[in-house]
Amino acid sequence: MKVLLSWLREFAPIEGDPHWLADQLSALGLAVESVEVLGANLEGVVVAKVLATRPHPQADRIQLVDVDRGDGESLQVCCGAFNMAPGDLVPLATLGTTMANGMLIERRKLRGEWSNGMLCAAREIGLTDAADGILILPSGLEVGADFAAAMGIETDVLYDLDVTGNRPDALCVAGVARDLAAWLGVVFTMIDPVAAADASWQGSDEAAVQILNGDLCGRFAARVLRDVAVGPSPRWLAQRLTAMGMRPINNVVDASNYVMLELGQPSHTFDLGRVAGRTITVRWAGEGETVQTLDGQLRYLSGRDGAICDGDGTVIGIAGVMGGASTEISPTTTEVLLEMAWWDPMSIARTARRLGLRSEASTRFERGTDPEIIDVAMRRFVQLLRESSPVRLASGEIVAQGNLPEAATVAVRTDRVNAMLGVALSRDAIAALLAPIGFSSQAVGEDLEVRVPSFRMVDTTSEIDVIEEVGRHYGFERIPKTVPRPTAQAGALSALQWDRRRMRHALVGFGLTEVMPLPFLAPGDLARAGLPADAVRVTNPLVEAESVMRTSLLPGVLKTLAFNASHRNPDLACFEIGHVFLPTDRSAPLPDEREQLGVAIAGAASPAAIEVWQVIADVLGVGQWRLRADAPAGMHPTRSAYIELAGTILGAVGEVDPAVAASYGVERRIAWLQVDLTALLASPHGSGAYRKVSRYPSSDVDLAFVVVESVPAAAVAAALHDAAGELLVDLALFDVYRGDRVPSGSRSLAYRLRFQAGDRTLTDTEVAAARTRCIEAITRDLGAALRS
Amino acid sequence: MTTEFEAVERARDEALARVGGAVTFAELATVETEVLGRRSVIVEMRKALGGLDAQARRSVGQLLNAAMSAVGDAVVLRRSAIEAVERAGQLEAERLDLTEFSPQRRRGHLHPFTAAWERLEDVFVGMGFQVAEGPEIETEWFNFGALNFPAGHPARESQDSLWVDWGEPGHTLLRTHTSPVQVRTMLAQEPPIYVVCPGRVFRQDTPDATHMPVFHQIEGLVIDRGISVGDLAGTLDSFVKAFFGGEFSSRLRPSYFPFTEPSAEFDVRRPDGSWLELGGCGMVHPNVLRAGGIDPEQWSGFAFGFGIDRFALTRHGVEDLREFWSGDVRFLSQF
Repeated sequence: MKVLLSWLREFAPIEGDPHWLADQLSALGLAVESVEVLGANLEGVVVAKVLATRPHPQADRIQLVDVDRGDGESLQVCCGAFNMAPGDLVPLATLGTTMANGMLIERRKLRGEWSNGMLCAAREIGLTDAADGILILPSGLEVGADFAAAMGIETDVLYDLDVTGNRPDALCVAGVARDLAAWLGVVFTMIDPVAAADASWQGSDEAAVQILNGDLCGRFAARVLRDVAVGPSPRWLAQRLTAMGMRPINNVVDASNYVMLELGQPSHTFDLGRVAGRTITVRWAGEGETVQTLDGQLRYLSGRDGAICDGDGTVIGIAGVMGGASTEISPTTTEVLLEMAWWDPMSIARTARRLGLRSEASTRFERGTDPEIIDVAMRRFVQLLRESSPVRLASGEIVAQGNLPEAATVAVRTDRVNAMLGVALSRDAIAALLAPIGFSSQAVGEDLEVRVPSFRMVDTTSEIDVIEEVGRHYGFERIPKTVPRPTAQAGALSALQWDRRRMRHALVGFGLTEVMPLPFLAPGDLARAGLPADAVRVTNPLVEAESVMRTSLLPGVLKTLAFNASHRNPDLACFEIGHVFLPTDRSAPLPDEREQLGVAIAGAASPAAIEVWQVIADVLGVGQWRLRADAPAGMHPTRSAYIELAGTILGAVGEVDPAVAASYGVERRIAWLQVDLTALLASPHGSGAYRKVSRYPSSDVDLAFVVVESVPAAAVAAALHDAAGELLVDLALFDVYRGDRVPSGSRSLAYRLRFQAGDRTLTDTEVAAARTRCIEAITRDLGAALRS
Repeated sequence: MTTEFEAVERARDEALARVGGAVTFAELATVETEVLGRRSVIVEMRKALGGLDAQARRSVGQLLNAAMSAVGDAVVLRRSAIEAVERAGQLEAERLDLTEFSPQRRRGHLHPFTAAWERLEDVFVGMGFQVAEGPEIETEWFNFGALNFPAGHPARESQDSLWVDWGEPGHTLLRTHTSPVQVRTMLAQEPPIYVVCPGRVFRQDTPDATHMPVFHQIEGLVIDRGISVGDLAGTLDSFVKAFFGGEFSSRLRPSYFPFTEPSAEFDVRRPDGSWLELGGCGMVHPNVLRAGGIDPEQWSGFAFGFGIDRFALTRHGVEDLREFWSGDVRFLSQF
């Protein structure tokens, strides 16, 4: 919403530096997007008279203009416009003038000809005139006079405001002025336009209006005008509209727009002679009814659109959104029906959105206009039109009434106001803050009964709405800042959040870089990764390639590896922690959403992934986990395993299936670890149990076994653990050998077992016994042979 | 007597010369045995003292003692000298050019968004908040309905949201803010509530330098007895000073959101006097409290929210938001 300071001042004596005023508007919640000073930098611009125009000998696009700048001498100026004739008065920026855009006017040569100044177009001197070319001034001005003084131009300020959805009142100049005047403590005065009507002539004899559906239209008012001469608007009015960003059309349309900008009430004008039956009926449209709108388009209506119909029931306009072509005002129009209405905000919002026809008018209807302003707005329209045309106005408004909501009367508790805002206002102080913005109050004991003004009835219906207004006009900046402290809790991360953080930082310390691919996949990405294709899908994706919600972090991480490989960084070691979305049970209220960890080390084999898992298990204190060789989806069928803890699968570790890697364009081995963090962090871990460090010496026993390949090392380790007994404090697989010295199909696994007691030095006999138990167990249970 | 004196001095000088001539520990050990050992000249001379008269025995004995002590000192000195030389030689042999080494294994890198996220959490934890989380795919009720978005509100029907094929059409979506977590917290927990909800949120925004369809935000929710706009302003001001520094301050400007009333934008004032628009906030709307099962007459509260990603953007001077999502290690390894 744009407002001109000069226009605001027609409602209240608003004074102050333009930028300070911008801050005041922002403090009221009318955020100022931009401040533009108009008509500034006119110093040095004078009224000059064109003496002659001559072609430039060297250039076609510029001409030479001889002007008199008031000293009776001829001054040569080069000019790129050709719209002036000898005798015209034009604005001349004399040498030394600094233009609004910062350009300094100097004597200079253009294609070999001297230019002693610059003739100005309207835009160059901060005026808003739609016409192109040099601004031709009204004759009769004194040649050589200061341009601004001669034209009566005062500087003005244009504010562009970001008006929030709860402020329908601020969608017009009067509303902004009311709010700002209240804040500044100056008096706001609503205009009271005079529009004399022909007492002998009743509007209701000329036309009729009717509302068939009261839920669509709260009030429909019309007046009849005759002898209207359609033509240009007065210059001042056209300029204001242009400054506000609207193109002047003709005096009738311009007056309608002007009133909308000034008072917030849109209007529509019909060529009354073309309205069948001189009657207007308002109703819900029938499904499939059509109307040709002002822009020439044929529009199909639905049963939820409002229709404006003529006496025959034919649709001649779309309520609150756009008028119809059949009754449009034309130069031959003499009889005008001026209409202003209050529409149900939701209906207009729906129709405008459905038809893609959001306009200045529909925006105002959507937020809720002021039904009480219609009479003032009608008179204002006629008053403005009479500046450029004779208008005969019939007496009396022709009005139909629908279900107009009533502005609420709200009980406002003084204590509640103070508690919500953190202030200590008296009942009367609250009433005094509300009164200037149109909320009238009546004391009820210590509290107030507040009557909401008609221009706020849509957005203000409850006590808290009124409290917001009190806060706004008291000033948020004046409210003392206090800091509440929780008494019943301490600030802390949860155990899960703390574990996740420690894990993340351990991974970073271990040399892994955190990546964040987009969580959207393209159709086919999951299948390409060897994963089930069933997934949650976005029904309105930006692009098809981002329409599938990931069920695994693998595809996104593979894309990251491929990207880096193609940028000569093939050996990336990275991880991601993020949500995956599993369509496990489509009857559940939401997908099975889990937090997952994915770790990829490009150029490394599965042991590298196991190492990462061990770091995590160690950091988090995950106890009796084990690996079970398997072929998890997308992973290398013979180099991967599930990670299990007490029968629950926590994740998988190994390598990415080479075929999967290749389909993502990665030609290297990729060590891969994926962990279901939701499951991991919910499982028992981090008991923190401590074993006292023994002060007694330990004994090491090295044992190597020849074990067939089908027996996993994990089974050997588990058997050693069981057999060694409580004295075993450490078990390490320190060598794996395959080769000539062991039978093919087997390998040698060498373990170092460290025995120690907490309360004594072990005897040789004890250690020997443990050693024997271990050898017996492995050779007996796993068919392995001790390697000598 | 003179002869004995001369003999002692001669033996001493000879011994000192030999000690001085030893260049290795082995040589020194041999020399030490030869000049101070049982068979050494000096020791032999001591053994012979018995043959001298008392006076001579004393004076020659003193001289012999002095000679032994001098030779002994010389051996110790010589040993340290050899030690120093040997150590110097060994160290020289171990010399490394440290600039030859460029270790392949580098540290990993925390994503800048995570770094900002964790720091924000820490500041709020320090202020007494706990951290709440929730699902990224949400029902329409948690994302809009419970938050006082009226039916037909533009945000609710518009294409700003990404909807998914779960349940009835228009029922499930990628959450557009972390406010659903506030609602879930209210339903799960009795007041007082002091939580922040960091998380990933989604909008139908075409990626460009300042927009992504996915981004991160953090919201805060406080519900307690007698919470006011003053508490909101004070809490945000404390946060701003803790996060940005004591020379920063903040202000509230009235604004509008369906889920809070009064609503405000909050801006941060930099030390140079310029303003940074940080986010939105306000007093939790009574309808939202009711949706969360909380009696608005007994409790009041405030909420606030702002983006996390922009902190990382401005802190590191990154020009394009898309860099953070690229996975490009040349970018990520700078943090």
